[in-house]
Formats: sequence, structure tokens, C-alpha cells
Amino acid sequence: MKLKSILLASGAVLGTSFAASAQDMADSMTVVSWGGAYQNSQVQAYIEPYKEMNPGLEVVTDESSGEAVTKLRAMSEAGNVTWDLVDVTAADGMRLCDEGLAMQIDHDEMLAAAPDGTPASEDFGGSIVSDCFIPQIVFSTTFGYRTDMVDQKPESVCAIFDTETYPGQRALEKRPIGNLEWALICDGVAIDDVYDTLETEEGVERAFAKLDTIKDDTVWWSAGAETPQLLADGEVVMGSTYNGRLFSAIAEQDQPIGMLWDWQMFDLDGWIIPADLPADRLARVKDFVKFATDTQRLADQAKYISYGPARASSAPLVGKHAELGIEMAPHMPTDPANAKNTFLFNYNWWASYRDDLDSQFQAWLLE
Amino acid sequence: MMADTHVDENGLVLAADGTPLKQSLARALRAQKIRALLLIAPLLLFVTISFVLPIGEMLMRSVQNTAGTEYVPDLLPNVVEEVQEWDPASGEMPPEPVYRALAQDLATAFENRNHTQLGRRFNYESAGMSSIFRKSGRRVSNWDIETDGPFREKFLDIDEDWGDIEYWATIKANSGYYTTSYFLAAFDAQRTSEGIAMKDPDQRIYSKLMIRTIWLSFLITFCTFALGYPVAWLLADLPTKSANLLLILVLLPFWTSLLVRTSAWKILLQQQGVINDFWIALGFTERMSLINNQLGVVIAMTHILLPFMILPLYSVMKTIPPSYLRAAKSLGATNTVAFIRVYFPQTTPGIGAGSLLVFILAVGYFITPELVGGADGTFISNRIYYQFSSSGNWGLAAALGTIMLVVVLLLYYIYDKLVGVDNVKLG
Repeated sequence: MKLKSILLASGAVLGTSFAASAQDMADSMTVVSWGGAYQNSQVQAYIEPYKEMNPGLEVVTDESSGEAVTKLRAMSEAGNVTWDLVDVTAADGMRLCDEGLAMQIDHDEMLAAAPDGTPASEDFGGSIVSDCFIPQIVFSTTFGYRTDMVDQKPESVCAIFDTETYPGQRALEKRPIGNLEWALICDGVAIDDVYDTLETEEGVERAFAKLDTIKDDTVWWSAGAETPQLLADGEVVMGSTYNGRLFSAIAEQDQPIGMLWDWQMFDLDGWIIPADLPADRLARVKDFVKFATDTQRLADQAKYISYGPARASSAPLVGKHAELGIEMAPHMPTDPANAKNTFLFNYNWWASYRDDLDSQFQAWLLE
Repeated sequence: MMADTHVDENGLVLAADGTPLKQSLARALRAQKIRALLLIAPLLLFVTISFVLPIGEMLMRSVQNTAGTEYVPDLLPNVVEEVQEWDPASGEMPPEPVYRALAQDLATAFENRNHTQLGRRFNYESAGMSSIFRKSGRRVSNWDIETDGPFREKFLDIDEDWGDIEYWATIKANSGYYTTSYFLAAFDAQRTSEGIAMKDPDQRIYSKLMIRTIWLSFLITFCTFALGYPVAWLLADLPTKSANLLLILVLLPFWTSLLVRTSAWKILLQQQGVINDFWIALGFTERMSLINNQLGVVIAMTHILLPFMILPLYSVMKTIPPSYLRAAKSLGATNTVAFIRVYFPQTTPGIGAGSLLVFILAVGYFITPELVGGADGTFISNRIYYQFSSSGNWGLAAALGTIMLVVVLLLYYIYDKLVGVDNVKLG
């Protein structure tokens, strides 16, 4: 009798949990992102609200986006993809799409239209860089400097190469991307000629020669959080990092750091859905993505971090910081006042030359 | 004894039950061996399945010529066949049948979403190849192999780099199931038209990193020895009660997270850090660079690995009776002579064990060099990690890993020849 009642009870529990997953949607979802303030902005702006709309849903968050491509490759080789939604940069999104590891999507069918009825593909516009990529934000890699350690406010990105006016150490990312472009721009190469120049041996040598002038004064970072810390400690006078990290250090932690927007390097970040998900998990992800990338949600995300929403219709809705109450629009990399000189991280070009230039960069570091 | 065995007519010694004694003994021993084997079987199986097999499979990738999960010749079967007819030294573009074969193979590869993997594979050898494969996949899939030829012009139309003889030479050179190119790259060598040649000295990475890793590991091992030996001696010499307290102090950092210890060194050593502030307070004007260089790595890793030297030294010293030193002195030896001729030789098994432990751990270290190494203090493992997780070049990572494994085994062998591994004691 006792056993029978236990079986009946557990059957009832199973029955209700089955009913809860309405329309055959999985009641658990693994979302992969970058951790830190960025993942927090996603949790606040749409993961928590979505969970409130769907009681009983379990959202597992993972912070492996930095290794998304290799991990997805390994998972798909092993035949067991445990991720449901992955936040990646545009370049990684293109790689995963090309390799068939990410699902191709119809943007207009899967994503919500703008409030005025503009279809999603038009609203996202050029930020849809691949058939699998669901854009979320525009971010930039740019420079911050210690306001109390410089005699005059730097206006140009070339201040990093000017060790006379701005003595002290500087922080640069330990990879060629961005650094080679800035070196050439500051060596007098026009922005339109930068990648053509880098395709030649002389051009690469020229970029490294420019970097040579500050090699002894440079601290190389590999995690985006390092530069704000180095700036806060006074270890470096200026350094590159993601603009959202600098915003946190300046506005939220009140550090004496200034923002240098000149020749910031734009990049995009967005979702991809791993290919060949089981139907119930796919249904859940589709439902979530439609909600999480609508006009209001992307605008909401900007309350928590200073990255620009990838939808044109979200921009006018960007309001004030959730806790500090300051206007967020002037802190966006896409704000006209900040975006006078910019360039886009050239994914296609770097896809071809990254292996080669990275070896050259490492060899240069070892010299 | 005599009653249980007897000798038969052929001169064989027989056991009590009449079977030859040799056979009977072997049976008893076999049973013992099987029992022993069964006892270690769970561990053996576990180690084989979770350790030997995956590592073996990973190391195999250093010679397999794969793009994604498939072998290159399986993805480009027609091209591999046709391109054999073509000679890069002729200085001419490959003939039409090669391009036709490429159109066939690329269309299939695009269908299975393998074309960019192929591009990536060849891009490791010649920069720029990944983009022509990516660009061409979709276009080629729309062609009809029977009617749309000739294909050479069409490929050159997509990208004139399809006419690049260097690129085709790369495809031809990497068309087998197995490849040496990852090992060549790991030794800073490359295949040129005149055969295999080393890269220019200023382009070499891995040989430099390998030498640096081994040299710094030696230095760190020596530093842990120089700092750890007196501590271990003190520990062995003190009464048990105070020795235990000191031992806990040695072990305390051992139980603290590696990341915490490394970050703590960052705070201490950086230019605006505690030590430099103290230095300036003493009246010096120039701040020292103690971190983000090799010095920082040596300091932090010496600290982190110190317990691995102290513990084997301590347990060996503990077994040396104090009366030996007293006896030496009573026979007229000075303190120094007594130490050098009596005490020190007895501690060498501990030094050997500690040094082997520290050195082998140091050679594979990754987190600390990454965090405090800056540009000139990174180890080979940092590059292996990069190739695995960022660049995705698993073949090269596997080749570097294989070389590292061989180097460590070689050093172990040399150590065995010089000192003798039997002469290593953990306690």
C-alpha cells in the first residue's frame, strides 16, 4: 500500500511538471555568456523577467563564451551539445555558422518586429553579419587614461605612442587585432588603406616598428578586467579595454579615469543557437530569444551596461542607468559625439590573417 | 619435505599429488598473479580509460591531417587525385581537370558544412587560404559539374588567388592522411620549395619558449632547493611539537587557492605595490619592475612550489639519526665538514625527489606565467593553451604537447643515468 501511494504521488508530480512545460518546451535552458557585468546586464534585462513570466523554468548560466568555438566543436564531436543559447562575438558567430555548428535562422520569422512594424531584419540592419547570428549589442575596444596622471587631456588615440607627453606604462591587449591597426593609423596610414597595408610584409613591419617604440612601456593584458584594475592601481597611465568596463570603473566605482573614444574599434555581440537541438529545447530557446531581443529588452539592457543596442528602434528608448540614474546615451560607443573616428573590427580579413599575424606578434613579443 | 615429493622414472621432481613440481608451483604462482591483477584492475582500467586513451588520441592529432573531424583526402578525394599530375615547379597554374575536381569536392564539402574547416586547415600553412574557401563554398554549390565548365575561369572569377601557385603547392603538400607540418611548425621549421628549412631567427617562437620554459623551471627548482633545504632541516631538528606548528605554516599556502596566491604576489610586486612603496619610502627614486617579467614568474612560482621541495626533504631528514652528526664531530670534524661529508650525502634522495617533483610541475605550469609573466615570462603551456582554446589549431597544440612530453621523459632518463631513480625517496 505504501509503495503504491508513493508511486501514485510521484506520478502526480511528474504529471504536473509535464503540464508546466506548455507547448512542449523544455523547462530548463543553459545560457552561455561572458560573465561579469555583461552577463549581469543580460540577467537583469531579460533573463529574470523571462523567468517571472515562466514560473518553474530553470535557467543555467555558463561563462564560457571566450572558448565558445572550441567547446562547441568538442561537444559536437562528442555528440552531446549541452548548451541552448550562446553569446558570441560576430567573428565567432560567423565561424560557428560556416562550420554548421550554429543553427541558421530566419530573422524576420524568429525575432520580434519593431513596435512600428519594421521587420527585424531591417531593424537590425547591417549588424546581422551571418545567417546564424542574432545581434544584441555594439561594443568597442577603446582607451581609458588616468585623469590625475596626465598634464593635458589626450584627444587622439596616438597618445599611446607619445611617451614624452604621457610617460608611464600603458596596457594593450596581448594579440595583434586592434594594436596593428592603431599602430598604422598613428604612423600616418589612412584608415581605408590599413588592411591593404597589413597584407604586405613591409606594412606588417611598419606596424611592428611603431609598436617597438612603446614595447618597453607596455603591460600586456589578456582579460578585459585587467586594464581597469591596472588603471585603478596607477600601474598604467592609459590602456585599452572594452568600453563597458571603463564605464563601470568611471561611473560605478568613481575612479579618476577618462575615456578616449578616438579610433575606437567597434565589434558586435549576439546570440547563436547550437545546431540540431532537440525539439523541446529549441522551442524554449526560440521563445526566449524572441522576448530577449525585442526592442524594449535590448533598450533595457543599456540600463545596466554601456553597450549600444543592436536594434535601431531601441536607441531612442535607452534611458537612465538603473542605479546611478545618469543618462546612458552619451556613454554609448555609438553616440555621435563618441563615434567621430571609428573602425569596425574586420572579421573577414582577420579570419584569413589571424593565424599568421598572431605568430608574428608572438615572435615579436619574444624578441 | 621428503615425504611430500618424490622423483619419477624420468628424473622429474613430482609433488604429492603426482603432478610435476614445476607445474604445480607455476599454477600456485599464476593464481597469485591473477589475484594481484584483479586487485589493481579497477585502477588500471580507470587510468587507461580516463587518462591513457584520451591523451593518446590527442597526441595522435599531431600527425593526422584532418579538417574538423574528417581527413583532408576524404574531403577532397578528386582534387587529391588530380593534383598529383601537376608540378608546382612548372610555374604554371594547375590544369582544368584539377579545378573541375575542386568544383566537385567543394560542392560536397559545402553541403556537409566542411568547406571552411578545409580552409582553416590550409590557412595554418598559407595565410589567406581560409577566405577563398569560405567565399567559394556557396557559389560552387550552385554550379552544374556536367554543363558549367570550364571551371578554372570561374574560380579565378570568385577570387584570383585560386590561381596562386603557392596555395596549390600547399594543397598538394598536405593531401595525405598524415602530415608532418604540425611538428615542423612546432620546431619553427617550414616546408619551402627547396625542402624543409628553419624559419628566420626573428620568426621563431616555440623553440625559444621551450628553452625558456626549461631554463626557468631549472631556476625555480634551484630556488626552492636553496630556500627549502634550511627550512626542512630546521623542521627535522626541532622537537615534534614546534615542528608540527612550523609544518602547518609550510602547508598553509599549499592549501590556499593558486589564484589567490598569484594575485597576492601581483599586489605585492607591482610598480605601485607594497614592496615598491616601501622601497620609495626608504628614499630610492626609481621604482623596480618586479612583475610582468621573468623575475615575477620565478618569485611567484618558487613560493607556490616550495612545499613540494620541503616535504620530501623533511621526511628524508627525519630518518637521519642526529647521532651521526655528533659522532662526526666527536671524531674531530668541524661543523662544515660534518655537514658536507656526513649529513648532506644522506639527504640526496630527498633532494632528488623534491627536485623532480618541482621541476616536472614547473615545466607544465600555466596560470602563474599567464598572470604575472608579461611578455617575456610566458611558458610553452601558455601557447599550447592558446592553440587549443583560441586558435583551435589542435594539431599544433598536440605536437607541442608531444614534444614537451618527450623532453620531460628525456630529462627523467638523464636524471636516472646521472643520479639513479632508485635513489629517490619521498620518505
